[in-house]
Amino acid sequence: MERFQYTRARTVSEAIGIAAHSSTAQQGAPVRYVAGGTTLVDLMKLGVERPTHLVDINKLGMNAIERTKEGGLRIGALVRNAALAHDPTVVRDYRALSEALLSGASAQLRNVATTSGNLLQRTRCMYFRNTAMACNKREPGSGCSAINGDNRTLAILGTSPHCIATNPSDMNVALVALDATIHVQGPKGTRTIPMQAFHLLPGDTPDRETVLEPGDLVTHITLPPPNARATSRYLKLRDRASYEFALASAAVVVEVAGGQFHYVRLAMGGVGTKPWRMSAVEERLTGAAVDDATIRDAAQLAVRDAKPQSENGFKVELAQRCLAHALRLATGLASI
Amino acid sequence: MSSPRQAKRAPSVGAPMDRVDGRLKVTGGARYAAEYAIPNLVHAVMVTSTVAKGRVRAMNTSVAERALGVIKVLTPFNAPRLPGAPKPGPHAPSAEPGPQSVSGSGASAGQGAQGPAARGAVAMRLPTLLQDDVVRYNGQPIGLVVADTLEHAREAADLVRVTYDVERPVLDWTKAAAIPPEQVHPLGGERTSRRGDVEGGLAAAAVSVDHTYITPLENHNPMEVHSTIAQWEGDSLLLYESTQGIFSVRNTVARHFGMAPDKVRVVAYFTGGGFGSKGGPWSHESLTAMAAREVGRPVKLVLTRRQMFGPVGGRPRTEQRVALGAAHDGTLTAIRHHSKSTTSTLEDWVEPATSQTRLLYACPNVETQYDLVRVNVGSPTFMRAPGESTGTFALESAMDELAYALKMDPVALRLKNYAEQDPESGRPWSSKSLRQCYESAAARFGWSGRKAEPRSTRNGRWLVGWGMATATYPARRGAAGAVARMLPDGRAWVRAGTQEIGCGTYTSMTQVAADALGIAPGQIRFELGSTDMPENPASTGSVTAASTGSAVHDVATALRQKLVQLAIADPQSPLYGVSEDAVRTLDGRLTTGGDRGETYVALLARHGGQPVEATISTRPGAETQQYSMHSFGAVFTEVWVDPDLAIIRVPRVVTAHAVGRILNAKTARSQIIGGVVWGVGMALEEETLIDPRSGRYINADLAEYHVPVNADIGTIDVAFIEEPDLHVSSVGAKGIGEIGITGVAASIANAVYHATGKRVRELPIRIEKVLS
Repeated sequence: MERFQYTRARTVSEAIGIAAHSSTAQQGAPVRYVAGGTTLVDLMKLGVERPTHLVDINKLGMNAIERTKEGGLRIGALVRNAALAHDPTVVRDYRALSEALLSGASAQLRNVATTSGNLLQRTRCMYFRNTAMACNKREPGSGCSAINGDNRTLAILGTSPHCIATNPSDMNVALVALDATIHVQGPKGTRTIPMQAFHLLPGDTPDRETVLEPGDLVTHITLPPPNARATSRYLKLRDRASYEFALASAAVVVEVAGGQFHYVRLAMGGVGTKPWRMSAVEERLTGAAVDDATIRDAAQLAVRDAKPQSENGFKVELAQRCLAHALRLATGLASI
Repeated sequence: MSSPRQAKRAPSVGAPMDRVDGRLKVTGGARYAAEYAIPNLVHAVMVTSTVAKGRVRAMNTSVAERALGVIKVLTPFNAPRLPGAPKPGPHAPSAEPGPQSVSGSGASAGQGAQGPAARGAVAMRLPTLLQDDVVRYNGQPIGLVVADTLEHAREAADLVRVTYDVERPVLDWTKAAAIPPEQVHPLGGERTSRRGDVEGGLAAAAVSVDHTYITPLENHNPMEVHSTIAQWEGDSLLLYESTQGIFSVRNTVARHFGMAPDKVRVVAYFTGGGFGSKGGPWSHESLTAMAAREVGRPVKLVLTRRQMFGPVGGRPRTEQRVALGAAHDGTLTAIRHHSKSTTSTLEDWVEPATSQTRLLYACPNVETQYDLVRVNVGSPTFMRAPGESTGTFALESAMDELAYALKMDPVALRLKNYAEQDPESGRPWSSKSLRQCYESAAARFGWSGRKAEPRSTRNGRWLVGWGMATATYPARRGAAGAVARMLPDGRAWVRAGTQEIGCGTYTSMTQVAADALGIAPGQIRFELGSTDMPENPASTGSVTAASTGSAVHDVATALRQKLVQLAIADPQSPLYGVSEDAVRTLDGRLTTGGDRGETYVALLARHGGQPVEATISTRPGAETQQYSMHSFGAVFTEVWVDPDLAIIRVPRVVTAHAVGRILNAKTARSQIIGGVVWGVGMALEEETLIDPRSGRYINADLAEYHVPVNADIGTIDVAFIEEPDLHVSSVGAKGIGEIGITGVAASIANAVYHATGKRVRELPIRIEKVLS
């Protein structure tokens, strides 16, 4: 733990004004926004994050869930995970989002953790969280201990020779499948970023995880109007029944018409270095017959580019089982 | 223990009495080691190594020493030399623990984890007390920062810069050099045991199985992390310590500092779980005392959760090869059980994983053997049912494999080889009700409805599997003393220097004393947890109920006798002249059964209104040579396995245990539930991960080191077969702390096989092991 300055921001512009002086909004940022603190405070105690200035944004409102005029949903950045998961509209129209949130963390954490905090939560790679170990995400250029280390829980998609950490969020997987849009206000004004483009692949800069720049504040997230004919589900696989990050998870939004996949949105968690959109699989499924053979074929395609590590080869098979079962749930081929 | 001289009434012993300290615990009134507000107290934080092998070349403490609030930074280069500090390895553990220097609780029944050898093992333990610059594992204490606040100490600890001469650590246990066989002494015993002709028995077998089973490194992680407050007054030391063994801490710390044990007082009124990790002292106790002496102020040290991985013990990895041979009817012709486990470079600690194999089945030809390899990790130690937890996984999995090979019911196979007396020593059991345990648990489970074929039972998409295993743990007892005093107002207090580690000792001992004295439990104040009380064994190896229970029973009985004798010799007493045997005690009253009698209060009022006191010292005797003393039980488990998604769930566990007299039905049940829950974790989740190159403990927190959560646990149906065992202890108890975890992992692994047809021989059984 190190000393830091603490400011409770009274307005959005005050918060942004302070954070704009940060040298980066990514790993090592000297200025950090804090809301629920469930990730940040944890990492500060571990010495992984060492901000010199915390800007508390809890008093900035931004905690409403509202209908947009297009019929979609506007979710304030500070809406707590529990509130979002149990919101009647979310439960009815965006079931995968509710299921994803409820599969994550614990009830206590969900009561505190916020939407934007979940969006920005950091990897659970044990090497990232251990300052005695080399980690390119934490200390660029120091190396990746996870490669050839204990990497059972880490990624098989989107990895680079510099980083194989997974994005741990369940919510993010659902937001990708639901085509969410991230709304950001920064020193230069407001802008929107499609969820799919919000997180970055590690490449040779794994310390850069999102497109956020200094001062950028996520103000809200919007979801497009729900497809009333589609079913959305989230399936998470892990060893223990609760309170564990996904070994593999899948968010699916599926509309079936005439025995065929008519509309398909797929994303996976626990396997990718970012919440993983399965665009090629969506294309393959669209127009194909809803049956087990099609689903198995789609699941195989999902892991075509998988690059397993020394300890996580099983994820290649598990990811296929996960995606296939999520599709069966969403299409009624399976009921539980 | 219901003496014939006592009046008939509902005994307190055995009743599901609520914990007498329950209110204190749930309201925060129970104070744990780190919770004492001591004036002038300062805070210490341990600095630990970040390499697994080598030497500390230098520690730059100049920045840390200048940091706000810092009082002292201790390193191997400036720490005072302790006259009695052991000289650790790297490969030569000190040879002579000196029995007089260890917990002086005298003789002890039985062998193994709580026998004299076990105390030797704790005394052999080699802490790292900043006496040299050698690094033996990643996470080893190499410094101590003392500051006015915890925050300042933590901040400064981060500012200590360490450079090492790094050597390549030995971490791959498959490649680590074995310790020479003649140096392998499991808890001071023999490396090898043999009876009969194992080769001949295997050759003659109609059916045999021969497989290797593996259990991983695990760490205890009680809720309360290890913590110490050390306070010097002149040349005397007071330690508030989170421990299972106050006397063991006292003696070891005194030895480190070259002090007489009576100059050290250790206090532990409440300990927040230990499970073996607090069975004896490690490094932090003496380091805290050292710091307190250096800075001239009381010092508090609370380990971080991360520091619970390495410096305070854990379960070693075991690789166990079990070969079983049997005739067609299931009669065992041979058992061979070899166990290889890991230890540190500090000490040679052997997980006694084959103990149960020598006695569980009536087989004429049995061989057990240990091997040990040294790796650069923290020292292993006792962890709930050390030996039997890991050993029953191997043996009882192998028995299940044999049952399938024989096409025989697993329970029938065990009954076929039921040991009517200890097959190793030939001695009779002090008590054994294992047959009734199998029957009770099987009946409540519905075992007779089991389809033998794997993958034969489904519930919706789930494959359902039923498995069972035998549970066992030695019934041991150590020397224990107690003092009891009847007060003029009719209340009594009883003191014994034992520990309350969550098992309910305050409560069960209150019940024992109440019945022996013939007064209500509410009139008893039972005190424990200070070395100025009569010495008792460490609360390890399930000895407390039998050891301290006997002392409390006997001292309360002696006090009652003293009071009865006072009455019958007193011409003013209504009981004057009555024979001692004719006096009964009930609800604080001495009577002959009818109206004739008086209360303890009236008796004492006539005798100057002064308390009457009795003291006692108990120890096991010749019975330990006459009987074989063990507890037994049976665990039946149902698992559901999703054949596609490889998810494993444990919806129900049914147990029956015979553990002597049950002192408190509620806390006893809690012990078994706790053991079963841990067994589920051991079977499916628990594993300490060590980075294969650096030796760093990398899942060293409760987010990544997985133990069961509520959602993992279904119903646990617990039953006891009552069998008061007066050979083991005068209170009839055999101990219950460890046996609950034994057999559980095998029972689950066997159920997973029954569900899936997949035999998993390496724990934990995680998704990838059943994904097909």
